[in-house]
Amino acid sequence: MTDLTKLTLAEARDGLVAKKFSATELTQAFIKAIDAANPHLNAYVLTTPEHALAQAKTSDERLAKGEARPLEGLPIGNKDLFCTYGIRTTACSRILDDFKPRYEATVGQNLWDAGAVMLGKLNNDEFAMGSSNETSAFGPVVNPWRRTRGGKVDNTKLVPGGSSGGSSAAVSANLCLGATATDTGGSIRQPAALTGTVGIKPTYGRCSRWGIVAFASSLDQAGPIAKTVRDSAIMLRHMAGYDPKDSTCVDMPVPNYEAEVARGVKGLRVGVPKEYRVDGMSAEVDALWQKGIAWLKDAGATIHDISLPHTKYALPAYYIVAPAECSSNLARYDGVRYGLRVPGKDLIDTYEATREAGFGKEVKRRVLIGTYVLSAGYYDAYYLKAQKVRTLIKRDFDNAWSDVDVVLTPTTPSPAFGFGEKAGDPIAMYLEDIFTVTVNMAGLPGISVPAGLSGEGTPMGLQLIGKPFDEGTLFRAAQVIENAAGRFPVPERWWA
Amino acid sequence: MQVDEATVRRIARLARIRITDEEAKALEGELSGILAWVEQLDEVNTDNVPPMTRVADMKLKKRADEVTDGEKADDIIANAPMTEDHYFVVPKVVE
Repeated sequence: MTDLTKLTLAEARDGLVAKKFSATELTQAFIKAIDAANPHLNAYVLTTPEHALAQAKTSDERLAKGEARPLEGLPIGNKDLFCTYGIRTTACSRILDDFKPRYEATVGQNLWDAGAVMLGKLNNDEFAMGSSNETSAFGPVVNPWRRTRGGKVDNTKLVPGGSSGGSSAAVSANLCLGATATDTGGSIRQPAALTGTVGIKPTYGRCSRWGIVAFASSLDQAGPIAKTVRDSAIMLRHMAGYDPKDSTCVDMPVPNYEAEVARGVKGLRVGVPKEYRVDGMSAEVDALWQKGIAWLKDAGATIHDISLPHTKYALPAYYIVAPAECSSNLARYDGVRYGLRVPGKDLIDTYEATREAGFGKEVKRRVLIGTYVLSAGYYDAYYLKAQKVRTLIKRDFDNAWSDVDVVLTPTTPSPAFGFGEKAGDPIAMYLEDIFTVTVNMAGLPGISVPAGLSGEGTPMGLQLIGKPFDEGTLFRAAQVIENAAGRFPVPERWWA
Repeated sequence: MQVDEATVRRIARLARIRITDEEAKALEGELSGILAWVEQLDEVNTDNVPPMTRVADMKLKKRADEVTDGEKADDIIANAPMTEDHYFVVPKVVE
């Protein structure tokens, strides 16, 4: 029998409906693969095989009766930022300890209602704060990809990107058919780029944030990481949708994104922003960008130089807005209502001891920055200023949309890096998000699609940015790139 | 903006995070570095620019003013580190 874990989500769906294999067989194949790989990759922080097999059994019954739902019996991984009823949810922070939510995140519920099977909870940077998955309380995730130097495989462990590093590693290592993820500054697209997978951050408001552990509420959005553009379109359709429990979630019908992927890009106007050609961008990333331009052109799109003049201010503005909102959101971790408590001599001392022990270094750093910029006398100079800059960033895009339908950029300035290589300097790590963060600041949708390999044999991605709620166009253009570039499966399953 | 050690301690106190002397020293440099880096925003003229409050034009939905949730005391205290009956227990606040 073929290795079921190598199937795409769409192929697995069709195989289940055609009764080539059962949901139970499919789920068992993934459980076995996870057992073998997880000690090496650390992608899952919790596996839920019994839960998965129970869901698969229900799916098999429905499939037998011809009552299959759209994602019936398809095993996926769930980022540990999504609350799961009765199943430990930690945001990969010590402060949540053994927290077992008494509710299910809306995005997760939508997937389970569509028939998906949950294999377990995926690793991420603590509270989604990081670009390498090295800040997780459960330890880093290892990228399934390795560098090749001088024709030889280099065993240096590479990061899978972050914060959704468990999601990206699990998808690229075939430890699930697809995964949930979240993106506040690039946390879906950057890890997708570093692992040869597809990741889309939809428009702010497209997916409900209810039940997702909050980091920066005006920026956080959920989306999928998947093996193909089509798979990501299928998943997003069943994650998105109106939810009265999130007042920022839009009440708009969710299109059938899968129908978009085959529509091509004939006549599509593609913008290439000159401000994304930044210092320190590697020559191979630039070459990849030129290839992407050529592919879209060959498929009938027209290419236009555009200017997004406030691009360089997006990252510094982000590092005011995101910490400010995180310091406010993380105030809830007080050791009283849930999670860790370290007893102190009085209530204040208990708060301080709990938060000292519960938060990791990067989280503390951001909470403190946020507290500072929101403290008396500084609100106007920092937070208000940054929110005004955000308006200017959004205006840049609003102006561009009169000339173009979609914007093409690299996803990251460089391919996957080694453990510890950027951990010493917070700003060096923040620069990982330089191409992705503008999209969050403007609230726009963005997709990363794998487009080629670096000189070291590691994957690199291209990003497409769209108009608000125009995810359909992103899927069309991303499919053209995928068709031209091919797919990028991990060459060697060295952990098996 | 240069952040001194006293400021770091004041912020940590406001954030209710205990920090060691060593951490205070390290944070002094790190926070100063990050704040100096974000100061490049001063180059941007934001006169008459409104702060961004939403990403897409939409009206906040209204709903009927009625109780739609509740009677979940067991769920609410289910994860608490210390409870008594349906109360959260904390160290004595008032002597």
